[in-house]
Amino acid sequence: MSVFERVEAGERDAVADSRTLRVLEPGPLTLVEDLGRPGYAAIGAARSGALDRGALRLANRLVGNSEGAATLEVTAGGFAAVIERGLWFAITGAGGPITLDGAPIEADTAVRASAGSVVRIGTAVRGMRFYLAVRGGIVVPAELGSRSRDILTGLGPAPLRAGDVVPIGADPDAPIPVVDTMTISQPPDDTVLVGLHPGPRADWFTAESLERFYDTEWMVAGDSNRVGVRLDAVGGGGAVALRRVVERELPSEAMVAGAIQVPPSGQPTVLLADHPVTGGYPVIAVVADASLDTFAQLRPGQRVEFRHAR
Amino acid sequence: MNLRLLPYGDRAVLAELDTLQDVLALHEALEATRPAGVLDVVPAARTVAVLVDPHRMPLDTARAWVSAAQAAQTGARSYGRARAVTIDVDYDGEDLPEVASILGLTVDEVIDLHTGTPWRVAFGGFALGFGYLVTDHDRLVMPRREQARTAVPAGSVGLAGEFSGVYPRSGPGGWQLIGTTDAPLWDPNRDPAALLSPGTTVTFRRRS
Repeated sequence: MSVFERVEAGERDAVADSRTLRVLEPGPLTLVEDLGRPGYAAIGAARSGALDRGALRLANRLVGNSEGAATLEVTAGGFAAVIERGLWFAITGAGGPITLDGAPIEADTAVRASAGSVVRIGTAVRGMRFYLAVRGGIVVPAELGSRSRDILTGLGPAPLRAGDVVPIGADPDAPIPVVDTMTISQPPDDTVLVGLHPGPRADWFTAESLERFYDTEWMVAGDSNRVGVRLDAVGGGGAVALRRVVERELPSEAMVAGAIQVPPSGQPTVLLADHPVTGGYPVIAVVADASLDTFAQLRPGQRVEFRHAR
Repeated sequence: MNLRLLPYGDRAVLAELDTLQDVLALHEALEATRPAGVLDVVPAARTVAVLVDPHRMPLDTARAWVSAAQAAQTGARSYGRARAVTIDVDYDGEDLPEVASILGLTVDEVIDLHTGTPWRVAFGGFALGFGYLVTDHDRLVMPRREQARTAVPAGSVGLAGEFSGVYPRSGPGGWQLIGTTDAPLWDPNRDPAALLSPGTTVTFRRRS
């Protein structure tokens, strides 16, 4: 069941000039995301929320929203929508061609759309996930305190489809900020260095295997999603022998975003926002929180190297 | 009781204990003294994870809190603060006759054991709103089915290992099914959405 109103082609008068955004093309995956729903892990729901939290916060700040307002997380691009009433919006995160009524516009800045104009996000050429914030935020009903879609539990609004009408909230009190200087870090497209802390089961692995884990150059596998990123070793058939000192089975224990699980195959999985709340594979290391946003923007095939976080 | 505090990145610590009973006791002590800045307390079979907002609660403070909660324990079990629910069950599960035969009991004796003592949610994690329930005796310990079912209907009441549980929604599962209930285990529009959460006590009642 969708929480969005829908209009078919030719019926657009029904929503013209309403405070909404009407989806023309959803692309491969466009979801409503905010900063998630902490506090429900014990009953089975991970925090979820935007994978690139920094990009979501920036997009919201640019249009004067509160930092955690709900935005659209557009994976890989291919998105187009009609903005039915004149309002401000901003696009952050991944890099790629973005246009308003066909004319190129800047990312990472507030842009004014006139009623009925079409915003289009082309295919991502850097990074993977765009964030589209509109002034007033997206105001679909919250579930467990958040509007975020969790692809594992199904909490939150379904992925957007063509024809969906997305409701936008009232203008916030804060004005559109005047930005003089701003530091924006573009998603890198070469090898990414990621800081790790020791995991609770690091000592289940031999010292040699731990060293090998840090020395290996890894590559993002194609079947990665919001639940987790699977890593293949570069060369050597994708797997690395990570031998264990402790061979017994691990009773399931809590998982966290950034936990790196090592299944018997030796191909590690980095858990992301929509992770299962418990798991039975030993966690060898945990991505430093400051490096977690990086994983939102890694492209299949992109290289990752680990180092010890301070 | 032995407590080992294991590192879990820069936003969590993992407390490891020897037994599930120790987990239940530590979880209860933590919930009774939970300070601001703690985002999640997540019990599991032998561990309790504490997830924090490090700007509001530094990890060192979280570790000290867990150690203090452990040290303050008396070992006495109290259900005083726990939420209590009663779940009405039709004991019509497909596996009930086999469960009775494995245990060398009659079907009525199995039902009496299941309804005779309160159960307690030890931990969740299998699905939204699912709770692994334990009780004070081990007379219903039951192996999982050799063949898991591809679709266990929502509301199925089952046994597996030392646990009992109720499926909040339909899904695959290998538990031995002994009954069904129409208790609303999950309702996102209710507060709390989950009928069962760690610490909740559950009494099963045979529906006549």
